[in-house]
This record gives sequence, structure tokens and C-alpha cells, in this order.
Amino acid sequence: MGNHSDGGPNDSGTVATAGQNEVEKFQDPGIPPHRLRLADTDPKAAKKAERQVALLFGISVVGTLIFLVAYFAIDLGHDSPIATIRLQNALLGIGTAFAMLGIGTGIVHWAKALMPDHEVSEERHAIRTEEDRQAAVRIVDDIVEETGIKRRPLIRNTLLGAVALAPLPALAIFGDLGPRPDDKLAHTLWAPAPDGRLKRLARDPDGTPIKAADVTMGSAFHVIPEGLNELSEGKLNEKAKSVVLLMRLDPELLNPSPGRADWAYNGIVAYSKICTHVGCPVALYEQQTHHLLCPCHQSTFDLTQQCKVIFGPASRPLPQLPIAVDSEGYLVATSDFHEPVGPTYWEREQHVLERNA
Amino acid sequence: MSSNATPDASVFVAKTSGGRITDFVDQRVGGSGILREFGRKVFPDHWSFMFGEVALYSFVILLLSGTFLTFFFDPSMAETHYAGSYTPLKNVEMSVAYSSSLNISFDVRGGMFMRQVHHWAALLFVASVSVHMLRVFFTGAFRKPRELNWVVGSVLLILSMAAGFTGYSLPDDLLSGNGLRIIDGVIKSIPVIGTYTSFFLFGGEFPGTMIISRLYMLHILLVPALILLMIVMHLFMVVVHKHTQYPGPGRNDGNVVGYPLGPVYAAKAGGFFFIVFGVVAIMAAFFTINPIWNYGPYDPSPVSAGTQPDWYIGFVDGALRLMPGTIGDWKVEQVWFGYMFTFNVLLPALVPAGILFTVMFAYPWIERWITKDNREHHVLDRPRNAPTRTAIGMAGFVWYCVMWAAAGSDLIATHFHVALNDVTYWLRALFFIGPVIAFIVTKRVALALQRKDREIALHGRETGRIVRLPHGEFIEVHAPLDEYKRYKLVGFESPAPLPAVPNEHGVVDRKEKRRAKLSRWFFEDRVAPATPAELEAAHGHHGAHEAVEAAESQKTLSH
Amino acid sequence: MKALSQKRRHPLAAIALLLMGLLVTGGLYAVATTVNQAKADTTTYSASDVEEGGKLFAANCATCHGMGASGSQAGPSLVGVGAAAVDFQVGSGRMPMQMNGPQAYKKPAQFNEEQTKQLAAYVASLGPGPAIPEAGVLDEKGDAANGGELFRTNCAMCHNAAAAGGALTRGKFAPALAGVSGQHIYEAMVTGPQNMPVFSDANISPEGKRDIITYLKQIEANGSPGGADLGALGPVSEGLFVWIAGLGVIIAFTIWLTSRTS
Repeated sequence: MGNHSDGGPNDSGTVATAGQNEVEKFQDPGIPPHRLRLADTDPKAAKKAERQVALLFGISVVGTLIFLVAYFAIDLGHDSPIATIRLQNALLGIGTAFAMLGIGTGIVHWAKALMPDHEVSEERHAIRTEEDRQAAVRIVDDIVEETGIKRRPLIRNTLLGAVALAPLPALAIFGDLGPRPDDKLAHTLWAPAPDGRLKRLARDPDGTPIKAADVTMGSAFHVIPEGLNELSEGKLNEKAKSVVLLMRLDPELLNPSPGRADWAYNGIVAYSKICTHVGCPVALYEQQTHHLLCPCHQSTFDLTQQCKVIFGPASRPLPQLPIAVDSEGYLVATSDFHEPVGPTYWEREQHVLERNA
Repeated sequence: MSSNATPDASVFVAKTSGGRITDFVDQRVGGSGILREFGRKVFPDHWSFMFGEVALYSFVILLLSGTFLTFFFDPSMAETHYAGSYTPLKNVEMSVAYSSSLNISFDVRGGMFMRQVHHWAALLFVASVSVHMLRVFFTGAFRKPRELNWVVGSVLLILSMAAGFTGYSLPDDLLSGNGLRIIDGVIKSIPVIGTYTSFFLFGGEFPGTMIISRLYMLHILLVPALILLMIVMHLFMVVVHKHTQYPGPGRNDGNVVGYPLGPVYAAKAGGFFFIVFGVVAIMAAFFTINPIWNYGPYDPSPVSAGTQPDWYIGFVDGALRLMPGTIGDWKVEQVWFGYMFTFNVLLPALVPAGILFTVMFAYPWIERWITKDNREHHVLDRPRNAPTRTAIGMAGFVWYCVMWAAAGSDLIATHFHVALNDVTYWLRALFFIGPVIAFIVTKRVALALQRKDREIALHGRETGRIVRLPHGEFIEVHAPLDEYKRYKLVGFESPAPLPAVPNEHGVVDRKEKRRAKLSRWFFEDRVAPATPAELEAAHGHHGAHEAVEAAESQKTLSH
Repeated sequence: MKALSQKRRHPLAAIALLLMGLLVTGGLYAVATTVNQAKADTTTYSASDVEEGGKLFAANCATCHGMGASGSQAGPSLVGVGAAAVDFQVGSGRMPMQMNGPQAYKKPAQFNEEQTKQLAAYVASLGPGPAIPEAGVLDEKGDAANGGELFRTNCAMCHNAAAAGGALTRGKFAPALAGVSGQHIYEAMVTGPQNMPVFSDANISPEGKRDIITYLKQIEANGSPGGADLGALGPVSEGLFVWIAGLGVIIAFTIWLTSRTS
């Protein structure tokens, strides 16, 4: 059974063992005898099947008409109600479905019920014959000989070198796909303005500044830096780094580490909203457990431990934004974040050291 | 030269105008020869052989619906204010790409339908490619001479995922934007080149203004072109190899039994295209997919609960979720030599997918090396008749499914009222023990099914009829099988383990010893097919409880 | 009947049954949730309301919340939580809690409208807190687009962009908002029940809250433009659907296609 193209002394084993037992095996009885279908013997059944096929094709015609009627008769004018869109979508879909399924099931039913259903056996042929192989080898040998590439190693080696180098420009030309990263990831809009004015914390999305008195116990504000909405370009890039979550809890619960005691105001704390795992907004604040949860990969940060990771795939705590209150009672950031926000990148540690130098 | 080119009498002259056109073309392209070669080519018929066609047809549907969408979609990230007819987003600031996707949905007649057709067909495309590959794996269709076609198929799986992912991001909605942000985070974790790669991909900082148009080019040109190329190679090889067939009477490695292409198979396969299209149309008619109007425009601040990728990227997302970022107080992320090694992202993003794809690509060669089987196989294995391969496949499948399930851990938690954290803990455990359990259970089930086959082949089918013999004994009557049905159960090979063989220097080297060990692991537990002698013996003491077990599971080594 | 019992074993029967079951439970759920939309439009409490409320409180709530609502080990103090908190917690059936757990579940309200009002009056009398909202902010005639933006920024991360709900840590969850009355949504925002943060008027103005409610009610009334929303759960339910229903139907067709006609 099969092409015994094996037979080398080293690859007998399994294969040969199986082959040797051939005597004991059941003999292949061949293709079972063909059974006639009802439609093969009964002209009535054949006629019935024929009518069924025609009916299915008829259904397809109806489907096409449904589609056309739904397309032209339903007006998707401006401000058409959602129900109209849903209705048109359903009718277009059902029209297409009937049109397609009618044709498809019709053809298949035709093939199954009326076309000959004799199974036939076809011989397989060798994918490669030995004769072809030898001819091909001869041709390749001749080609190699005629080029003389074997006799002229200088040509061969210089060609190899040239071909190896030639793709380099194709790589280099993509150099302008993007700018150099430099330390762009290490800075956000929260840095004080050049004149030393501190940035106020503003509500996302409308950009109105937030007073400390507005932040009641248990509340969570989604915060952007003042002036972000007025940026003419790069707004989303800046927003992607500078969004902050502002929460107020009992000051007793905060446990700030040395040096961070004045980063909060009266129990109000601000933390970067960008997950240190892969950058989703960590926006889920549980006001009783004081946990922050990232909805993408479930990293959980504990606000009472300076946003240390207590569960999930993130490794680092969320960076904290130092805040204070200005003379008018508005919350301001006293400086930029002391470390880059968001997911870890290769050069991050360098930027951390630079920032805290 | 052609001065004497007068038509001689034997030259064929077509009579109808259609015939003349056909003849004109035929004389210039040689269609007759092609038709003669392929017109009656035989294709075996089995439902599980249709998944490749489902994939091909979904791809055609994708090309058709995708072309329609490109006429209305504008991949620009410029800012605009929505002025279309969906009131809950009226005048909201958004990108042109998102706004044009909304217009396709709400203001272009049939646009919603085409969007949904396109997205459902995309999900179906990757799903059918996957099921097709599972079928090929579990039936051993990847064996010689089809190893290279298996590789092309694996490349197609990866390309189909790439096509899906690049398309998923195009509407620039909140869900896909957060998906891109996750990709950006994963890219940034790559040592040395990560930051640069991210800046190059996005044309600067995330999200920038370039990414949608770049993905658009990849999605509508590069990736589909590659898919098309691979499909051509795939089908070319199918023609060269001819189709495989399931074992059965009259089928062997030297023939192919089935229906001729024309008319039966062509009609079935052609009709099936319309059926697949019809099924996709029903889904698009009645089931919303990717409701971008719910998600809103991309903005880096908001996020929706249940932010997940489309299903085929799910296993990577799930792996990201399962990886702990801290173990106790020890951070998985490390600072070495002043640089960051983000193992909590790198390991889950690269290792499971890397293992799955490497094993997938290499498996035909791995099995070939262990079994030293260099013959061509055109008759498939029933999965039960290759217990170890089936078990390996199931272990991999379960492993994939654990990661896949992890991508929905939050939905598992809310819908089954369990704690999110517990779901993660369980899945972390299953990540390691799931494949082992799957391997053991599958192998035992496969062997049990083989024993059942043997039993039926030797003693016939249980009829459920209880008969009392004259001396008072009750037996169940077994109906003997006809020879065709019996051959289906016995006509398979059951290779024994292949011990180490010395090489040409007469030495059994280490590699060969390792191979022999693996061969033993592969074939040790086996159930030999029933033989005519055994059938004879079974019929000999008819009615009694025969010793079926005696002849099987011989753990004997040949040689 | 015989035909039915034969078809019961058909491979598609399970799918059909599943779909039927889903439709029935969905329908029942929709009916059940529309019944519970009480509208309290008065915030003036009489002395008798307070008195009656005090009695109800002592009988039903004081075990956990303490006499005088001053709190105990089992439940927080209710001084200053306001009438809105009571109307939300009692009106949505979350209080009284059946048992301790990560979170109080929504269930049929145990007190009628009158009793809820009396309880609210009593708790409101203990200290100033958020009042039950005026009808003006619940008219669902705000700016839906602005409400949508506010919802996505402040609410969608827990409640899901389509308000279908989502998971929180350790068994807690943010519920789906379909079928929740505008009044309860408003009260939840001002009081921050359980682990939900408080969205005071300084955070989201009453107009903003009105816009959010308008948005939620509008998307609920609109339904999903593309057909059934599959729970509005995003790619997970879509993936499950294509694998089970989509591939399932196609496999059924392939089996028919390759079977022999008798």
C-alpha cells in the first residue's frame, strides 16, 4: 500500500514493520457498490427535485427584489431615525441572504439530486519522476557551466557582495518614518510655564479649572492640564501623556513616603491615568477600597500605598503628580511628573535619572 | 514563410458566434489543454474538507465589501466636527477617519450593511483558516508531500491576523485606539529598538497623525496582496498534490476517490460560495458588529470596560493579562545596566505566540524525524488512529484556549458572578496544567475509541437485541459488519516504536537515542488494527465473551 | 408531535433552543425592569414622614447602620448621605442587603414608594446631604452629544461605553444601566453608592448630569442600529458568535452539501 519510496537500510523500522504485516491485514474490498438515488429510478422524484431547484432559484430572484426595494424605497435622509437604518440594514441583509442562499442551495441541490453521483477513482501520479530529476540536473549543470561562475570566483564574490549591500538603501530610505524619540516621552504639559506659572488642573473634557474645595471626599475627577484644549496641534499626543486622575480620601490613609508628603493637598492626590503596563487609561476608581483598576489587563493599584501594584501585569506604581493650591484656591501642579509616565521603554531609566539629578 | 498557410480541411471551424469567440480565445491561450487536464479532476467529498473553501470565499467577500468601503472611507486623522445624522455624536470633535466611518454607517445607503458584512466576514475568515488548519493537523494531512503547503497555510494564518488587526484600527474609534495604545506599549517594551520602532510606526509620539493612513495602506494593499500571493501558491500546490482522502474501502495512497470537478464538484463548490455569502449576509442583517458609534472617537483619556481585541488577537491579550507584573515585592520588570527589561510585557507578548507558531511551522519535520516516515501520505489518519499527535494537538489547542479565555476574564467574572482576581488565578494555573491534562485525556480517549473500533470490527455492532440461549444464558446479538464498513475500521497503520539505529559508522549517537526515546513516547501506547486471523478466532467462539484485549496494546518493540 | 421529537435530535435544535431561551429571558427581563420606574417629584417632607421613617429605620436598618444611623461594624453611618442615597439604595432594592458580600445586588424593592419616601425623609433629617433630584434635570431633553462625551470620560471605564456594565476587583462590578431610571442614575452620581466615586455638582454640573441621562436614555431608546447588539460587550461576544453561530450554521451546510441524497 502506498508509494514505498523508502527502503534505505536506515529508514526501514516502523515503516517496514507495518508493511511486512501486509499478509495478515484485511484486503481492501474496493469502492462499495453504487446505490441509486430515488431520482435516478423514479422520474416523478426527479421532476420533484427539478421543481425544488427552480423554486430555490425563484427565491433568489425574490431576494434580489427585496434588496432593490429596500435600497430605493427607504430614504436615509438626514436625521432619519435609528429604527429606519436598522430596518434598511435588515432588509438589505435578508434580501442578499435570500439572493445568495437561493442560488447556492439551488445549485447544490441540483448537484446532489440530479447530477451523476458515481464516485470515481483517479490514479495519482508521482509528483517528481526520476527521469525529470535527471534532466533538470543536467540543465542546471549546463547553465552553471555556461555562466562560468564556478571558474570565475572574482565575479561570484563581487556579485554576492553587491547583492548583499544593495538592499541597505531600501532600509535607509525609511529613516524619515518618524523623528528621533530623544526625551520626548519624559516630559508632559504639566511642567510649569517658562515664566514659572504653575499649570492648573482642569476638568476633562471641557478644560475648566478645579478648585480644591470642589473635590469632595470620595470623588474622582478626570483631569487634563490647563491650556491643553487650546493647543493647535499635537493635542492628542500631549493628552496621551498628561491625563491625570484626581481623588480625595482621608489624609490618614495616604501614607506618603519621605519627600512626597507635600505632593498631596488635604487628602487630594493626583496620579497619572496611563497604566505603567502597556498604557491603557487606569480610570476605574473604587472609592471604598481605594483601588485603581485598569480595564484592559486588570492591573490594580493601591492608592493608600502610593499606587503600588497589588494585582495584575503592571510592575511599577503609577507616577504621582505633585499638587498644591494657588492663591485663588485652584489646584495646580507644582512640577511635572518626576518620572516618565506610561509604559516602560528601553531608555526610561536614563530619563528618570536625568529628571531627578 | 506563411505563404502556404491555406486552411486545410481538417481544421476546426466553429459554427456559432459563441463557439467562434471560444475558439479564438482557445487558440491563443490553449484552454482546451487546461480543461482536458482539470475538467474531470477528482475531488473527495467530506464536510471537513470545506473549511478551506469557507476561508477562500470569506476572502472573496472581504475583497468585494472592502472595495465598496474604500470608496467612502477617508483615512485622515485631521480634526473635524461630526455633522452626520447620528445625533448622540452631533458636533463632537473627532478624526476624519472616524467621521467617515460613521457616515458609511448612517448616511450611505447599504453602508452599514457592507461594514457589517466586511467585519463578520473578517472574523469568519480567520476562524475558518484556523478550523481548516486544525482539520489538516488532526488528520495528518501535513505529511509528505504537503509539508510546504502546511507552511504556506501557516503564513496565511498569520497574514489573516495581520489583515484583521490593521483593519480593526482603521475607524479610529475609542476601542481600536486603546488597542493601538496597547500595541504601542508592547512595542516600547522591546529592548534597544522599541522606542525607535514606536516613533517610526506612529510618525512620532503616540498617537500622532500618521498611523491610520499607514495602517490603511497595509490593510488595503500590502497585506491583501500577500494573502492573494499565498492563496495562489496554496492552490497551486493543492493541484500538484491532489486532495487527500479519508481512509475507507477503495481508497489508498495511490488513488483519489471522489466526484469529478465537472459537473458535480464544481457545482457544489460554486454553490457553496453563495451559501457562505448568504450566511454572512444574515449575520450582517441582524447582528451588530463593532458598534463604533457606541465607543466614540479616539481620545487618550477615556476607556471602556471590556476593552478587548478581535478574537484572533485575543490569545495574546489574554497572555498579557495572565502574566503577573510583581511576584511578592519583586518586580518582574528589571533595570539592568541602566536600561529597562520589561519582562512582564515581553514574555507574555512573545513567548506563547512564539512557541505556538514555531511548533506549528516545524511540526511536520518534527514528526517526520521521530517516525522516520519518508513515504507520501494521501490517505488521512483518523485522529484516533494517531493518538499521540491528536493529544499534542489538543494540548496546544487547550493552551491557546486558556489564553483566549483570559482575554475575556472580566466578562467571565461579571457573567458568572465570580471575582475577577479568582478567574485570573485559575487561568494562571490552567495555563500550566491545562495542556498536560488535555494531553493525557485525549490520548486515553483516542486509545479507547480505537479499542471500540476493534471491538466493532471483530464482533459487529451492538443491536440492542437481547436473546436467551437454550441453556439460559442471555446475550446481546451483535450484527456483523459488511466488509466495506469493516475495512474502514481496520484499514490503518499502527506503527510500533522505532528503536535507535546505528549510523553508517556503526555508532548510535546521542541524537538518534533521543529520537528513539521520542519514537517510543509517540507509539508506545498503541492498539493494533484487527486482523483477519483475529476475526476468524472471534467467530470461532461466537457468543462467548471474547478476549479482545489479548491482541492489543502489545508494548513489543520490533527488531 | 412525532416530527418534533425527531427534530429534537437535529444538530441545529440545540442552537434554536438556546436562541429561544435567550429571547424569552431577555423579554421577561425587559418587562420586569420597566415596571420599577418610580418617579418621586417631591422633596418636601412632613414631620410625620420623618417620624414614620424613623420607625421603619429602627425596624429594618438599625441592625447594621446603628440606632440613629450612626453606623456600626456592619454598616456605615448614614448621617449626611442625604435623601438621594436612600432613594437610590432602597428604591433599587439594594438595601436592605440580603447578605454581606462584595457588593449589594439590585433586586425588587422591599419598601413601597411611600415607605421609601419616609425613610429618605428620616435620613435627610439627620444631616444635610444630596436631595432627590428635581424633575427638571430628569426630563431627558439635554444635549446627548455632550452627555456622551461626559459619559465616556467619567463613566464608560466601569460601566462600558454602551452602558452594558463591567467588572471591578474581587467580585465587585459596575452594573449595566439599561432600564435604570434617570432618577436612580442621577442619585448614584451624586451619592457614589458602594465603590462608585461621587460626582458632585462641582465635578459634573447638574446640566452635565442631565446630558448624561439624556444620552443614556437616547441610546437605550434607539437600540442598536445594526441589529441585535449581542449584549454590547464588544469583540468577545462577537468572536463567540462567529465561532458558535456563524461557523455552526456553515458546518451544518457543509454536512448537507457533502451528504448523499437518498
